Amino acid sequence: MTSSVVIVDDHQLFRAGVRAELDGLVEVLGDAATVEDAVRCIVELAPDVVLLDVQMPGGGGVQVIRDVAKARPAQRFLALSVSDAAEDVIAIIRAGARGYVTKTISGPELADAVRRVADGDAVFSPRLAGFVLDAFAGAGQPIPSAVDAELDQLTAREREVLQHIARGYLYKEIGARLHISAKTVEAHVSAVLRKLQLSNRHELSRWAVERRLVD
Amino acid sequence: MSAASPQASQPPPLRRHRDGAVFGGVCAGLGRRLGLDPIVLRVVFIAMTAAGGLGAVLYALLWAALPAEGEARAARMRVPRVPGGDSWSVAAGMGMLVLALLLLFRQWGLWVGDGLVWPVVLAAAGGGVIWRQSARAADPAPAREAAARPGGGSALGRAALGVALVVGAALLFLYFNDALRPARDVLLPAVVVLVAGTLILAPWWIRLVRGLADERAERIRSQERAELAAHLHDSVLQTLALMQRRVDDPREVAALARRQERELRAWLNGGRALGERGTLAAALELAAAEVEDDHGVAVDVVTVGDAPLSEEAEALVAAAREAMVNAAKFGDGAVSVYAGVDEHEVEVFVRDRGPGFELEAVPADRRGVRESIVGRMQRHGGTAQVHSVAGEGTEVELRMRRA
Repeated sequence: MTSSVVIVDDHQLFRAGVRAELDGLVEVLGDAATVEDAVRCIVELAPDVVLLDVQMPGGGGVQVIRDVAKARPAQRFLALSVSDAAEDVIAIIRAGARGYVTKTISGPELADAVRRVADGDAVFSPRLAGFVLDAFAGAGQPIPSAVDAELDQLTAREREVLQHIARGYLYKEIGARLHISAKTVEAHVSAVLRKLQLSNRHELSRWAVERRLVD
Repeated sequence: MSAASPQASQPPPLRRHRDGAVFGGVCAGLGRRLGLDPIVLRVVFIAMTAAGGLGAVLYALLWAALPAEGEARAARMRVPRVPGGDSWSVAAGMGMLVLALLLLFRQWGLWVGDGLVWPVVLAAAGGGVIWRQSARAADPAPAREAAARPGGGSALGRAALGVALVVGAALLFLYFNDALRPARDVLLPAVVVLVAGTLILAPWWIRLVRGLADERAERIRSQERAELAAHLHDSVLQTLALMQRRVDDPREVAALARRQERELRAWLNGGRALGERGTLAAALELAAAEVEDDHGVAVDVVTVGDAPLSEEAEALVAAAREAMVNAAKFGDGAVSVYAGVDEHEVEVFVRDRGPGFELEAVPADRRGVRESIVGRMQRHGGTAQVHSVAGEGTEVELRMRRA
């Protein structure tokens, strides 16, 4: 069964390009250029996955996720952006996107990412994996007495998986290297995604902003 | 100063103080603002009331003019404190006190005469306002600050007030000395002409002032636009022109596009050039950029953590660069570079998806891997390992302890 997508991007040229690339791999139900159109379109067409541009006039991808969540809280989003600034990446993931890929990704790779998001998995680009490692680094000890302290730290295995993603390995290659199944790799990545979205470690947001200052 | 004051450094704004009120809260408010015991002010007001009723009038005026504490318009009434300067409220308070004293003296007969004292008082007040104004104008920083505030015309208003007070004092003095009568026939038409002139010129003048501000904003905007245009012209347009000329060479076009993308990103981030930053991550990215340019292969760099560029780190970057060159030459498609820095160690992985090779099979005279990568790392106390699987690509793993 092919997954269905809606493409949200304010650049007409880019929407047409993605449509052409995904042709035959993924069913493109429709596209939208503005936040309002996108929300209407997504609620009406109910796609498996929304390919979402991060930076758009009128609040950007984060606003689309927020507005759609009222009608379709389980809608899955895959962020697709030219921006690789930490604050953009972390913001859209924290808003609820299940993955982040850059616009230079090839058609088949994008189709594969869409399928994985449709299956409920998370999709991390090498850069996103690097950001997450960086953001959770220096966490040191968990905050004492915090109920959800485990949300604030990555396990050794999760770090290992993320590091391999950052080094450019695919899930099945990671599985082979770490002697675990690709499904287990996916489970680790999903766990990291959950931590990234739910952890209220204040450092996480601050980190994203500060990184830009340091850069 | 009252402990209830929200900011210790700033006296509370002038308001009627309800909590401390005996009658209308005027004295309590004034006292709080001036840092005086309200009792002192109450005595003054009562004395002034006894001496001709002026105290009562003043009190009523103040009661009507001052917002009670907590009223919405209080926030607007609040005059921002300019460093080194007193606010209107203090000036008003001082004025009231001086007035009260003068009236007392007048009542007691310690008096030179209405014709001299009132003009002198008025002139002193006006002169004070003008002098303070010009002192502030000479100091450019607060003046600019004042101009930047909405309603920055208040500086001009103050100057006008000062002038009006001094002129009023002069006229009053002349009037008391009966020197004005012959002048009145001349003055009245002059005043009428002045008022008419003001009415005619005021809109034009206001437009002029607004126009100047608009013009300044426009100039800043156009400067920014010119800077942006210059940058885009030097970089993006040049690259686009080059790409059109090389349209038959997709590799070259892709390399041009990537280089431009990299430059534009660096510029958008407002960052300094990579080479100027002097950190390991920046040096790695710079090396990757050079390899990209030289070999037309995309090199993606992901760094976690960073470290200053020590001698060891420079050797590490040089080894990594050599690994990138190999990956770009012999690999297939994009090269992935990952650098992880923690407090103990720096690790760098350079990976390609080429056919792979066996280190032992590489002839001993080939300097690349053996000398530039493994040898260099060992000389600086690090390690280098080459993992290569036929058909799956090659990964070079570089590790170095941090001093």
